[in-house]
Amino acid sequence: MSEPLLELTAAGLHCPRGDFFIDPWEPVERAVITHGHGDHAAPGSAHYLAPVAGRAILAKRLATETGPPALETMGYGETRRIGEVEVSFHPAGHVLGSAQIRLEHRGQVWVVTGDYKRAPDPTCAPFAPVRCHTLITEATFALPVYRWPDPAAVAEDLWGWWQANAAAGRASLLYAYSLGKAQRILAELTRFTDQTVYTHGAVEALVELYREEGVSMLPTLPVQDEPPGTEWAGRLVLAPPSVRRSRWLRRFGDHRTAFASGWMRLRATRKRRGLDRGFVLSDHADWPALLRTVEESEAERVLCTHGSAAALARFLREERGLDAAALQTRFTGEEGAA
Amino acid sequence: MRSFAALYAELDGTGSTNLKVDAMARYFATAPPEEAAWALFLLSGERMKRLVGPRKLATWAQEAAGLPEWLMSECYAAVGDLAELVSLLVDQEAESDDVPLPEWVARLRSLRKRSEDEQRDQILTWWRASPRDERFLMSKLLTGSLRVGVSRTLAVRALAQATGLDKDLLQHRLSGTWKPSANAWNQLVDPEADPGASAARPYPFYLASPLEQPLAELGEPGEWLVEWKWDGIRAQLVRRAGETHLWSRGEELITERFPEVAEASAALPEGTVLDGELLAWDAEAARPMPFAQLQKRIGRKKLGPKILREAPAHFMAYDLLEAEGEDLREVPQGERRARLESLIAALGSERFGLSPLVDADTWEDLGVLHGESRSRGVEGFMLKRRAGPYRTGRRKGDWWKHKVEPFTLDCVLVYAQAGSGKRAGLFTDYTFGLWEGARGEGELVPIAKAYSGLDDAEIRELDGWIRRHTVERFGPVRSLVAEHVFEIAFEDIRESKRHKAGLAVRFPRILRWRRDKVPAEADSLASARELLATKSD
Repeated sequence: MSEPLLELTAAGLHCPRGDFFIDPWEPVERAVITHGHGDHAAPGSAHYLAPVAGRAILAKRLATETGPPALETMGYGETRRIGEVEVSFHPAGHVLGSAQIRLEHRGQVWVVTGDYKRAPDPTCAPFAPVRCHTLITEATFALPVYRWPDPAAVAEDLWGWWQANAAAGRASLLYAYSLGKAQRILAELTRFTDQTVYTHGAVEALVELYREEGVSMLPTLPVQDEPPGTEWAGRLVLAPPSVRRSRWLRRFGDHRTAFASGWMRLRATRKRRGLDRGFVLSDHADWPALLRTVEESEAERVLCTHGSAAALARFLREERGLDAAALQTRFTGEEGAA
Repeated sequence: MRSFAALYAELDGTGSTNLKVDAMARYFATAPPEEAAWALFLLSGERMKRLVGPRKLATWAQEAAGLPEWLMSECYAAVGDLAELVSLLVDQEAESDDVPLPEWVARLRSLRKRSEDEQRDQILTWWRASPRDERFLMSKLLTGSLRVGVSRTLAVRALAQATGLDKDLLQHRLSGTWKPSANAWNQLVDPEADPGASAARPYPFYLASPLEQPLAELGEPGEWLVEWKWDGIRAQLVRRAGETHLWSRGEELITERFPEVAEASAALPEGTVLDGELLAWDAEAARPMPFAQLQKRIGRKKLGPKILREAPAHFMAYDLLEAEGEDLREVPQGERRARLESLIAALGSERFGLSPLVDADTWEDLGVLHGESRSRGVEGFMLKRRAGPYRTGRRKGDWWKHKVEPFTLDCVLVYAQAGSGKRAGLFTDYTFGLWEGARGEGELVPIAKAYSGLDDAEIRELDGWIRRHTVERFGPVRSLVAEHVFEIAFEDIRESKRHKAGLAVRFPRILRWRRDKVPAEADSLASARELLATKSD
């Protein structure tokens, strides 16, 4: 087998031929970034290269006390040579500005998927399959029990839940990750209504960035700007899961809670969180999408990271005859399993 | 089954008892009689006779999904529920007609006479033709009971709410071998009260409050009747119209669980109502057997001769609420006691005892006797004001319970870890949690770890359950599906910054496995805080 284009080091995935890292978790000289989630975009590196669609998000997330990051961007499909390696970004369909990273050196092609999904999402470019010799794929939900329902149907359920709560004189508090999921929900709901949705500050900041990128979503107002004594009954509030059980929730009075996440596919995870509802809506690939992606890549070798990496690798080895292994990275995928 | 599936989802989606009752009441109000009858039956925790073993179902689902066995195990570990696993694996969102619940029951029963191959083909066809929630429920029905945090009592409460009928009346109509059918349902919800039912009606129980003050503050010992506090099942025995009805404190009819007591009670005069404690009685030692013996009677549908022999039931009477058809509740305690004594003496049955008075002249002497409680197989004292009436509910002042165990909480098992040494390989180190919000609301926060208090059979049973209901593994520790409630006893409770609960307990141990409780009935951190508050008062 030819020499590896990427190696796992203490700081992250390193490409020796180009001397750069992909989504390093420690500060490095040169980082190439798949997307803006915290486990992929760590601040502190000297130089960043990222897809142009993710510029605004990364500029915000990678900024430190010393100022904005040294961030260069390029469009999907454009190629840049770094050292001896041709580097290009390809849509991953995960969140706005998310990319797979394709590396080519002397005819050898590696693809790092980053986080991705195959389901439709009105807020970002759809996943584009890329052929390669070695595929490094995420495996957050790599068990056959994870199959996502049609997001349009989930959005309809969500709308119905909000309306039922409104009819009963209650507020609806929906937990969703502030980057990606929250905006996806705001975009999906435009099919049903033009009502204003109230947002936690963490969500609102990213909603603004999405709007600047031209993503069409329901109007939003920050919860914190509403005066004390505001009547919340009938309203939908979007907040990151981290505010669960915090004081922040007191203002809403009688309300129902729900969480939009792939983990909600299982009753046990939903029940353990004591939520009233779980909506199965994930920005990650489900089991069929993972298998389909591996197949379409035509890769001979597949490395799986985070989630159920070991199960996916074993399945690909034993059932698909591929050279597959699990790779110990520090990516976490969609938080919330614990 | 669509409306039932929607109800199930609603029940499954909330830990709040009130929301559960409301959801069931709404359902009962509109469901067609036969469907409502089956729903009530299943929600009461009853199950159909097992038609197909869970292992077969798992194998068929695995084959249908085309998965290797190891991957099936990985999936099971993630999901923790076979019926749910099946419903997730055989996944196609099918458009189908709404097959009513009774029709599903009939379908599943029709499997009984089929060969294994036929059963498999039929089940696979049904799986593929049903939407996921129905596939899940149908697999649940095949493998066991629904387990959705609802008890018979709760279902009856909902039915009472839906029909405006009295819940005791409904309990009475449901007693015996109630078989679900349209006809049975119509009789159940018939607004015309039948005379037999009112004859069965118990009085509301008077519940003792935990004693918070020193004994000496109760006044003179002579003002009080002091009895041992029995660790059994509080029950009211109603003897009227030539029939006996035994009611538990949860106002469930338990007559059939104690046939020997019911039989012996036939000698009581017409129009008698006794308050007392059902115990499994060791006649030779003249003391009660451990509570676990008694519990065998509750869990089982049919009482075999073995249990009747090994755990002979005994009614320890301590109050007389009605004599010769006359309501005695306003009569002073001391007088009721005197009439009870002559009644029990006249009865002369070994199935009936009179809860003896603890005899001492001073609080000091009583304190010494109180210390002997554990060795006598009792939980402490009951203190009843001689001049007091029989009140309703938990009204403070006339009845106090003075337990040996200063503190107990009903906790939910949340984590387990394998033990070491003799217990290696068995999950014997348990962590228990309390609700962070109101009961059944928020998260379960760990409050105590306990390693002792279960017998070997219980440990083995729990071990098997833990393996099948692991939600996640953190090294050797497994987080578990919230399902089992245990009464945890401990010596002391105090503030602690090191614990997530903000509280630490001293010498926790398992007092008993509360199989009669669902997690939503377990205590909350607020209840633990109350204990803390009473301590410092």
